[in-house]
Amino acid sequence: MKPFTYERADSAKAAAAAIAANPNAKFIAGGTNLLDLMKLQIETPAHLIDVNHLGLDKVEKTRDGGMRIGALVRNTDLAADRTVRRDYAVLSRALVSGASGQLRNKATTAGNLLQRTRCPYFYDTTKPCNKRQPGSGCAAIGGYSRSLAVIGVSDQCIATHPSDMAVAMRVLDATVETVNPDGAKRMIPIADFHRLPGTTPNIETSLQPGEFITGVTLPKPIGGMQIYRKVRDRASYAFATISIATVLQPDGSGRFAFGGVAHKPWRVEAADARASQGAAAVATAAFAGANPTAQNAFKVPLVQRTLAAVFTEAKA
Amino acid sequence: MHANDPLDVTRRSLIAGGVATAAVASTPLGAQDAPALAQRAPAATLPVSLKINGKTRKIDVDPRTTLLDALREHLDLTGTKKGCDHGQCGACTVIVEGRRINSCLTLAVMHDGDSVTTIEGLGQPGNLHPMQAAFVTHDGYQCGYCTPGQICSAVATLAEIKDGIPSHVTADLAAGIAPTEDEIRERMSGNICRCAAYSNIVTAIRDVAGERA
Repeated sequence: MKPFTYERADSAKAAAAAIAANPNAKFIAGGTNLLDLMKLQIETPAHLIDVNHLGLDKVEKTRDGGMRIGALVRNTDLAADRTVRRDYAVLSRALVSGASGQLRNKATTAGNLLQRTRCPYFYDTTKPCNKRQPGSGCAAIGGYSRSLAVIGVSDQCIATHPSDMAVAMRVLDATVETVNPDGAKRMIPIADFHRLPGTTPNIETSLQPGEFITGVTLPKPIGGMQIYRKVRDRASYAFATISIATVLQPDGSGRFAFGGVAHKPWRVEAADARASQGAAAVATAAFAGANPTAQNAFKVPLVQRTLAAVFTEAKA
Repeated sequence: MHANDPLDVTRRSLIAGGVATAAVASTPLGAQDAPALAQRAPAATLPVSLKINGKTRKIDVDPRTTLLDALREHLDLTGTKKGCDHGQCGACTVIVEGRRINSCLTLAVMHDGDSVTTIEGLGQPGNLHPMQAAFVTHDGYQCGYCTPGQICSAVATLAEIKDGIPSHVTADLAAGIAPTEDEIRERMSGNICRCAAYSNIVTAIRDVAGERA
C-alpha cells in the first residue's frame, strides 16, 4: 500500500467535511474491498477517514411503516435482523448469498453499494481500463468477458456491479440517504444511484464529491413471495454469473431485478408489467437491446431459464 | 540450530529474500512509481491498544499495518497465518469483538480498543479448546497451514448458528438452525484448505456441535 494518514471521524457531517477538504481522502468502513484495492495500488488514497464509530449501525422502523438501515450496519446483522427476515426476505437471501461469513461480518450496507467491479481487467494494472485509468481503453472488450455485462454496456466499459444486496434493494425500491459537507441531506432512489458506464465508466454513482451515505431506507413491506436466485461457478463464495431478485404477488403481478448482467442492478418496468405472462415474456422485455459478447451471450438464455425456475419455486 | 551452519537460513530470511527478488523483477514498474512514492513520505506511526486473548497490548504502527501483520510482526503471535492476503483464503481468520473476520483486510488502527481472540487464545498445548482437540481427533488437517484460521472460523460458525444467523442454505428464515453438514460446509466456505481436508474438518466441527457424524 502507498503511505496514507488516518483519522477517526466523530460525526457524519464531520466525515463529509473532512473528505471535502482533501480530494485524495477516502472513507473507510468495513474496508474489505478498499484495502484489497489499496494493496494492489488500484486505489491510492493519501488519507483515510474511518467512519466506523458514527453510531450508524442501527436498523429501525420508519414512521411510514418502512425501515431505515444505518450505513454501517454489517451485512451479517442486516441479513439476521428479524424484521428483514420476515418482511424483506429477498434482502436477507441476497445478503447471505454473497461473500463469506468473515467478509459479511465486516462489510457494511453503504460499502456494499459502493464496492467496485470485479472485472479482471480492472484488477490487472498491466492492462488498459477506462474505469481505473480514464481514456486508457477497455481490455475486456475483445478480451476474456465471460463474467461481464450483457446489457447497458458502452464501447468504453462492459464491467458489472458485483453486489447481491443491491439487486434485492433495487427490487424493493430502496432509497439511499446521504449528507453533504454543508450538512444538507439528500434522498436518492436506488434506481438513480448506480450509473451506466457511458463515456465515464470511472464515475459509478450519482454521489457528489464529499457526499456521505448515512443510510438506506426501505418502503413499507409489500409481502408476496420473495426469492433471490443466484447462479455462480461455485456453490458458495463466488460472485454471481447472473442473479434474480423477485417479489411475486398472489394476483400474478411481480417485480424483477437482475444481478451480474449490467453496470448496475438491472430492472425494467416493461418486464415487471409482464409478470403474469411468465418467464419468457419477462426475460424478453428485461433484456431487449442486450449487447453481449460472444463469451457471455449465454447469460441471456440463462436468465430466462433461471427465471422459469424462480416461477416454479414461487408456485411450489 | 548452529549459528555458523551455512544452511542455517531461517524461514523468515528466506521469505525476505523472496520479496527482494520480486522487487528486482518488477523494477520497470517500480521505477515509474518512484517519483510518486518519493512525494509521499511514510505516515507517522499511531499508537494502538488491543486486548488480545484477554491481555492488553500496546503497539505503535504505520497506519498501513493490517491487523494480521500487527499480530504476526509486532506481537509475535504467528499462529495466525498469511495465505492470500486478500480475504480469499481465510487463513488469517481471527475473532474480533466476538465476530470472525479476515485480519488481512482490516487495519490495526481501526481496532484500537477492540478485543481480539487468536488461535493462541483459544487453547494451548495441554489445554486445548474443544475445537482444537476435535481437529486432532478427526485429523482435520494435513499440512496445518490453514488450520488456525479454520479453527477460529469453526468456533465462530457454531456461535453464529446458535445465535440464529441465517446462511445461504438455511431453508426457513423464521425457524431455528441446526448445525447440519450443509450448514457447516456453507458457512466454512471462506476457509480454503489446499490439502482438501474438508471432510474431516466438517466431522470435527459437527463433533463439537454435539452432532456426531
